[in-house]
Amino acid sequence: MSTISLEVFLGALALVLLLVETFATVPRKLIAYAAIGGLLAALVALFFCAKGAVPPTLVEFYKVDSLALFYKGLALISTIAVLVIALEYTPVINQFVSAEPEKTKEAGLGEFYALPLIVCVGLMVMASAVDLITIFVSLELTTVSFYVLVAYMRRSASSLEAGVKYLILGALSTGLLVYGMAWLYGLTGQMTLAGITDKITHWQGSTAPLLFAVALILAGLGFKVAAVPFQIWVPDVYQGAPTPVTAFLSVGSKAAGFIVLSRVVEMLLAKDSAVAPQVVQVLLIIAGATILFGNLAAIAQTNFKRLLGYSSISHAGYLLLALACTQTGALGFTPSEIVAFYLATYLPMTLICFLLLAAGRAQGISEDVASFRGLARTSPVLGFTLTLALASLAGLPLTAGFFGKFFVFFSATLEGNYASLLIAIIGAAAGFYYYFKIILVIHSLPEDQPPVIQLSVLSKCLLGLFAAAIIVIGVYPDAVRNMLVK
Amino acid sequence: MSPLEIIILLPILAALAVWLGAPARLTSLTASLAGLVLTLVLAVQYQSHPGGGMAFTSAHTVLAHPHIQFAVGADGLSLTMALLTTLITSAALWSIVDKERIYYIASLLISAGALGAFLTTDIFFIYSFHELALIPTLLMIALHGHGEDRRAVAWKITIYLGVGSLVLLAGLLGVIWYCSPASGLTFDLLALKPFDPQGKFAAYVPANFFILLIGFGTLVSLFPFHAWAAPAYASAPTPVAMLHAGVLKKFGLYGLIRIALPLFPDVILTPWIQQALLLMLLGNILVVGFITIHQRRLDEMLANSSVMHMGYIFLGLAAGNALGQNGAVLLMFAHGISIALLFLLCGKLRSNLGTLEFSKLGGLATNAPFLSLIFGFATFASIGLPGLANFAGEILVFLGAFQSFGEQGFGMIHVATILSLWGVVMSAVYMLRAYRKIFFGEATTGRFITDPTTAQRIPMFLLAAVLLAVGCQPSLLLNLIQSAIGAK
Repeated sequence: MSTISLEVFLGALALVLLLVETFATVPRKLIAYAAIGGLLAALVALFFCAKGAVPPTLVEFYKVDSLALFYKGLALISTIAVLVIALEYTPVINQFVSAEPEKTKEAGLGEFYALPLIVCVGLMVMASAVDLITIFVSLELTTVSFYVLVAYMRRSASSLEAGVKYLILGALSTGLLVYGMAWLYGLTGQMTLAGITDKITHWQGSTAPLLFAVALILAGLGFKVAAVPFQIWVPDVYQGAPTPVTAFLSVGSKAAGFIVLSRVVEMLLAKDSAVAPQVVQVLLIIAGATILFGNLAAIAQTNFKRLLGYSSISHAGYLLLALACTQTGALGFTPSEIVAFYLATYLPMTLICFLLLAAGRAQGISEDVASFRGLARTSPVLGFTLTLALASLAGLPLTAGFFGKFFVFFSATLEGNYASLLIAIIGAAAGFYYYFKIILVIHSLPEDQPPVIQLSVLSKCLLGLFAAAIIVIGVYPDAVRNMLVK
Repeated sequence: MSPLEIIILLPILAALAVWLGAPARLTSLTASLAGLVLTLVLAVQYQSHPGGGMAFTSAHTVLAHPHIQFAVGADGLSLTMALLTTLITSAALWSIVDKERIYYIASLLISAGALGAFLTTDIFFIYSFHELALIPTLLMIALHGHGEDRRAVAWKITIYLGVGSLVLLAGLLGVIWYCSPASGLTFDLLALKPFDPQGKFAAYVPANFFILLIGFGTLVSLFPFHAWAAPAYASAPTPVAMLHAGVLKKFGLYGLIRIALPLFPDVILTPWIQQALLLMLLGNILVVGFITIHQRRLDEMLANSSVMHMGYIFLGLAAGNALGQNGAVLLMFAHGISIALLFLLCGKLRSNLGTLEFSKLGGLATNAPFLSLIFGFATFASIGLPGLANFAGEILVFLGAFQSFGEQGFGMIHVATILSLWGVVMSAVYMLRAYRKIFFGEATTGRFITDPTTAQRIPMFLLAAVLLAVGCQPSLLLNLIQSAIGAK
């Protein structure tokens, strides 16, 4: 079976669900359950998809390698998690969407459950895209859906503000990306990444126009992955968007940006590439700046969501550093695989935080770090899970997060790139502080009203699975590696 | 399943059980005493192990490239450290009275981290287990510590140890890179080869060794990276102070002896490295010693003295010979036991009196003869009186450091040794002065204390007995240590 049929199936499912939401009066929760069921079915089916099975007409645009399969799995898992988070967040959506929240309990919820499916289709196609057009179309499918989702709570000023900011900067970055692609096509006469690779490894003449095209493309993709200096939108959008959407942005959108970036950088750093030294330089500078900015700016944050925004920037920095270090043969990983591994560790720990944030918000707990004071006392299990997730984000050994950073640090060492290693160490040290600060808060004695968070059975299962994943990957990383390197 | 895996898992399972609601004191004491007995049995068994080397090994691969495995194994050095850990864990857990569960959980986790670090033979897990203590320490000091500025102190220790361990990680990655066999990168300590002095990496090795020294040194409070230690021990709840000062701090030294010295042989004798190390350890002994003399509170004095004594152990390593290393390991053990006993007594005084300021204490011996006796015993051990364990360690360190005198003439290490001897005098000054001030002289009104109950005396007896036994018969441990390091 080819993976393309999964994407067609999910796309069709999304359209059917949208029609159901328009014309039928079923309880909206059923739409979410149908979407989750479809995604689960697709996830199961993904295990039966063979590597390299592509219909002949698509061969030039669409590639199913182990990396693509891995990213498709990540996209499916994160979409399922986002829908579960969205179910917890329903009361807040309702409050800010409906004109009379008391009367129309379910107004506007259907699209909120159906749109993530479309994003997921975009992410899955992007994982396989090896052609400029396919990359662009799938990226836009994702981004346009996000424009809607970010501004979804139309009666919340901050959600609208986030939507406007995301729209304007997103459109600008898309413009840069398309312009860069146009230059690349103009220079090489090729649309496929393989064709362009061939041209730039046999480059004759000045590299200036090529570098211009590359700069535009990196800037456009830099926006998607929130790399400095294209990170300005992140804190406000993360804070203002509905929490499930923020979670999706930080995991799904980031993964999407990085699969494209991985493929583009692999192309640019191919052996004998005319622009490899410059691209490495640029990546290293961006990575260093991103690590420092993300981590240092996070120190002062008091809003949990905003803090996770900066944290997301800092993780993007480590991922970029991994892409720039190519001497990774001894690790048995290519840079792209290190990035994929890192994202797989990043997914459970981030989504645990967002799930608790969303459920807490729906039950009247604000998004300030301080309002989680004493969580470990009112609910030891939630306290432990959140502690585990934060320790993993900080990169403590024996959790999943450590191995992500471990491979990045190791590849910088093997590259002999000690300046980047030093920056990565400074960043990680700052990370200890701001993640541990939250751990300290949740274990402190509650002041007047201790936070109580009730979770649905579905959320509890998800939390349990993610927590188990953090520990299992932390002590047995081969579990993920075997899936990635087949 | 190797018995060592059981020793590591016992405290983790006990912590889990306590968290889930099992009776805290019973569960954790049973687990820690079982661990102690098991370690003792293994140590006795190991004595008859032919030819030294790693025993009780077992390995499970967790990552194929670079090769990482959960591998346990113990030689004389690991077993000595494991004995130290289980002894102090038992005493520390016993000393917890009427406290919340988190006291037991945190102590068990710190203990599990130390045991894991000492008993695994894969650099990845040696490093990882040590980090297990980071969050429990932060929470215990910040939430249950003593003093007004305990939060600031908790952050200080967390950041220092966090940064120190990141520097250490960078250094360890270098070790893996330089010392892996041709078959591929591996973290297996037994597969790593000492670096090739003719190899292409030889030029980087001294710098890498220095990074390891700084990384491990920060964890041991090597001057000038020691600022976290004294306030943290003074603020920490008693069991945490006992475990941290007694056991966890020794991890950095263990790492140097286990990883850095064998894989980078004789690099410590590189002139600039040895001189830098000697300067730093003199900082520990003389500068911190001087600071210790000026302390006005018992807990702060003990905390600073513990930083100071690390200087002697480093002196044993700086000597670069087996005698000095043997002394260093013996002193690690002895210092661990004696400082844990002192913090245990200090905790008892604090909970009964409410203050530890010398100016407000005096004449306690009248009402608490047993306490004054055992405190005096610990004081003498800490100063290094012959017949107690610390003396045996210190004398070997000094002999080791002076060993090369005849061949090399009067070098910097000999100057450092002579200067370090003055540290012993300083120890005597502050310890005896504190002892006299607290237990003798005029009784201050309003400060009464009674002797500990029989149950409370058990951990004190345990630790004191070990100090005496090892002091009178150092070969009990030295045989173990020499089987790992060599005797010459």
